[in-house]
Amino acid sequence: MQLIGVPQKRVEDPRLITGRGRYTEDVRLPGMLHAAILRSPRAHARIQEIDVAAAQAADGVVAVYTGRDLAGKLGPIPTAWLPPDSDIKATAHPALAVDTVRYVGDGVAMVVAESAAAARDAIDRIKVRYEPMAAVVDQAQAMAEGAPLVHEDAPGNVAFHWKAGTVPEEAFTGAEVVVRRTFRQQRLIPNPMEPRAAVAQYDPSTGDLTLWATSQNPHIHRVLLSSVLGIPEHRLRVVSVDVGGGFGSKIACYPDEALTAYAAMALGRPVKWAETRVEHFQATTHGRDMVIDVELAGRRDGTMTAIRVKNLANMGAYLSTAAPGVPTILFGLIVTGAYTFQHAAVDVYGVFTHTTPTDAYRGAGRPEATYLVERMVDLFAGEIGMDPIEVRRRNLVRPEAFPYQSALGLTYDSGNYQRALDQALETVGYEEIRREQAALRQKGRYIGIGCTSYVEISGLGPSEVAGAVGFQGGLWESANIRVHPSGKVTVFTGGSPHGQGEETTFAQIVADRFGVPLADVEVVHGDTARIAMGWGTYGSRTTAVGGSAIAVAADRVIDKARKIAAHMLEAAEEDIEFRAGRFAVRGAPERAQTFQAVTLQAYLAWNLPEGVEPALEAAAYYNPSNFTFPFGTHIAVVEVDAETGDVQLLRYVAVDDCGKVINPLIAEGQVHGGIVQGIGQALWEGAVYSADGQLLTGSLLDYAMPKARFFPAFETAFTETPAPHNPIGAKGIGETGTIAATPTIVNAVVDALQPFGVQDLAMPLWPERVHQAIQAGRNGR
Amino acid sequence: MTTEVTIFVNGAEQTRAVEPRTLLVEFLREGLGLTGTHVGCDTSQCGACTVLLDGKAVKSCTVLAVQAAGQHVTTVEGIGSVEALHPVQAAFWEKHGLQCGFCTPGVMMTAIGLLQERPQPSEGEIRSALDGVICRCTGYQNIVRAVQDAAVRMAARDAQTASD
Ligand code: FES
Ligand code: FES
Repeated sequence: MQLIGVPQKRVEDPRLITGRGRYTEDVRLPGMLHAAILRSPRAHARIQEIDVAAAQAADGVVAVYTGRDLAGKLGPIPTAWLPPDSDIKATAHPALAVDTVRYVGDGVAMVVAESAAAARDAIDRIKVRYEPMAAVVDQAQAMAEGAPLVHEDAPGNVAFHWKAGTVPEEAFTGAEVVVRRTFRQQRLIPNPMEPRAAVAQYDPSTGDLTLWATSQNPHIHRVLLSSVLGIPEHRLRVVSVDVGGGFGSKIACYPDEALTAYAAMALGRPVKWAETRVEHFQATTHGRDMVIDVELAGRRDGTMTAIRVKNLANMGAYLSTAAPGVPTILFGLIVTGAYTFQHAAVDVYGVFTHTTPTDAYRGAGRPEATYLVERMVDLFAGEIGMDPIEVRRRNLVRPEAFPYQSALGLTYDSGNYQRALDQALETVGYEEIRREQAALRQKGRYIGIGCTSYVEISGLGPSEVAGAVGFQGGLWESANIRVHPSGKVTVFTGGSPHGQGEETTFAQIVADRFGVPLADVEVVHGDTARIAMGWGTYGSRTTAVGGSAIAVAADRVIDKARKIAAHMLEAAEEDIEFRAGRFAVRGAPERAQTFQAVTLQAYLAWNLPEGVEPALEAAAYYNPSNFTFPFGTHIAVVEVDAETGDVQLLRYVAVDDCGKVINPLIAEGQVHGGIVQGIGQALWEGAVYSADGQLLTGSLLDYAMPKARFFPAFETAFTETPAPHNPIGAKGIGETGTIAATPTIVNAVVDALQPFGVQDLAMPLWPERVHQAIQAGRNGR
Repeated sequence: MTTEVTIFVNGAEQTRAVEPRTLLVEFLREGLGLTGTHVGCDTSQCGACTVLLDGKAVKSCTVLAVQAAGQHVTTVEGIGSVEALHPVQAAFWEKHGLQCGFCTPGVMMTAIGLLQERPQPSEGEIRSALDGVICRCTGYQNIVRAVQDAAVRMAARDAQTASD
């Protein structure tokens, strides 16, 4: 049965829809204690004194720890992405602040108690005397002369300075048209619906520590935490099977999980820590927060020739695990987008501020890059008086140009960018909507059309490149396929899906190759005791890289089975065809053995061919030779109420190309979710700090999350241009929606406001801001 | 200081000693080990904790256990099983109405509450009814499809029961 490219209901769902998922907070162990963490209410202060006596004496309290108590016992939390030649100052994050707090939410003390309520009550009884110090929250201000320093060893609060590409001066001095603009990528709160949590259990007799944790990459957590905790890697087991979303925020190694593990070891009882939502706002990494200056050079015929980008990236108070990679490699190398710029240069400063550390958030760098280039295309089009669609058409990399070497040194693998653009235009009925727009304007109604033709870097990635760009890890993926004597199959993957559905996608790949029913294949992930090694789920890598590893391992299984089948059928190996779960002699299809019969023989080993070992399993460690480059075009139609500034989304069309689609149901779901998150950034979401470092948008009451009623049904479709360099042709679909939707919406709203002369708007496009822009335009005329 | 509270959960009488401040969701999760009802926030915004209280969808983080004394609570564990899914569960599975699944129990209970009041809701009514829940994964579109599908399934089921 054909299983690739066919919608399949997810195999992970039965447990999740019946309430039998096992998320970290659901873990309950006998004798378990509960931890709560006291967090700094100040953005920057010296800790003069911490008085824990009252907390210690409180009912049910078992232990109280401060930063001083942990000195020498619990290492600081390291940064694991160190871009080369960037003079990086990766000041490690102490698990609890020792003498200085550097952001609201910085951990100050931990209480462990018999119940969660007792622990929470007790942290209120800890008295901390702070000596307040001046704080800085904005990256440009942080770099200014005389700004308060976050770390003494980072002058000017510069955490790193990274550059890529060059643009000859003449590219701008001699240009017919130059457009300059500054864009602000506001700070976002990831807000997966499951807050972070950890449960630790220690067995002193063996030295084994088991940590259930909300992680996107349990093996990375194991490596990092074993060094933080000082316990041998093989004694630490990290389990993250059911994880309630991550969006990048569960990549990082945080102090809290390390503290929970430490307490379990110190106290000899299991300990649980679970973040509250308000805590999530302060203590889990944030996303975006960049101030980006762009200069674009072009010709009046619509050709874009050069782009120069300067990015001030707000890193927060410490460099989180993968954070330095986001505004550098993941952002910087893709600022040319899907277009044939001759020259490009990027100049990035990572800046410390007294705010929660930032790190990857769905798309991580690529949404910010796509935003700037897609906004610039529209501004450039306005400048030369050309339809922005026409500018895109003229500058998109042409299908015959692949593999295409970008100005910033990437090799875009494959694509037909025009086809996706054409299909999106046709679906939305572009010309028709332009006519409607003109007619409605006569009546004082303002609709706008916005477009984005993106390309993204995903399928992270070649390990050699990971090393060259300073990622302190590999980016290959592991697969282990064990066929059981009865022909049932267990697949072990190093990917760690947390909503993306790879228990199903991977089972499809294997069942399709083996010709067995989908139900005969089980996929195991998210447990370092069951999977030897893996790099986890982020950067739209799991299907492209982990799925490729699985395909390679499956083919190895088939190769071995073929040998056994040939022996059973007394035929030459070359004469054996394997199709639909049967090994048959070429030209004599009645001489055949089923996959299950061959498997059984592999285990019985009564009569194996010479040199073939018993059993049937295979491993593969797949290191991709290139990134993958998904692409597509999204188009939105919006209406702006000129009286209120309110934006209504009328239509949203997405044509995405993620290479070969394995499960269209899942792929479409990824697009839907991504679009909503991208629109969330464009229209509503934004974390706001006061000048002294208080997080003003500190809960779901003050931070606007997208709701169902804000959206029409999206019109989504796929084109398929396989990745040429991996065995399954898949590219990745997890982030395309978030990457494309934000500029699409802003382009549409700005387009709607053309009659008012509005050229740009700051995100999020809150009605008040849109209304002010309209008023300014009206008054200007 | 604790008091004994009896609540009928998924049809079974359950008595536990609770503090006055114990929330219904804590009663379910900590007291009974029914971890299918989730906690996603501390400000009653996310709806992950939604259950049926005497047949009406409520956020169990906004109800004290003592307030629910003597009442009937239905959680996700009580609506169906893998062998016999509730139509809403079957529809969420069929239409890919969930990704990470964390919001899902609350979203399904909200959907059941809606379908009891409006067996044939329009898309707009479904989207409005979902205002009390947040899903960060699905973009809601397949949740809407699932609720529409559930409406059809429930109508068919009711027709079946009527003809039996
Ligand atoms: S836990 Fe969020 S509304 Fe109840
Ligand atoms: S499925 Fe993940 S939050 Fe809804």
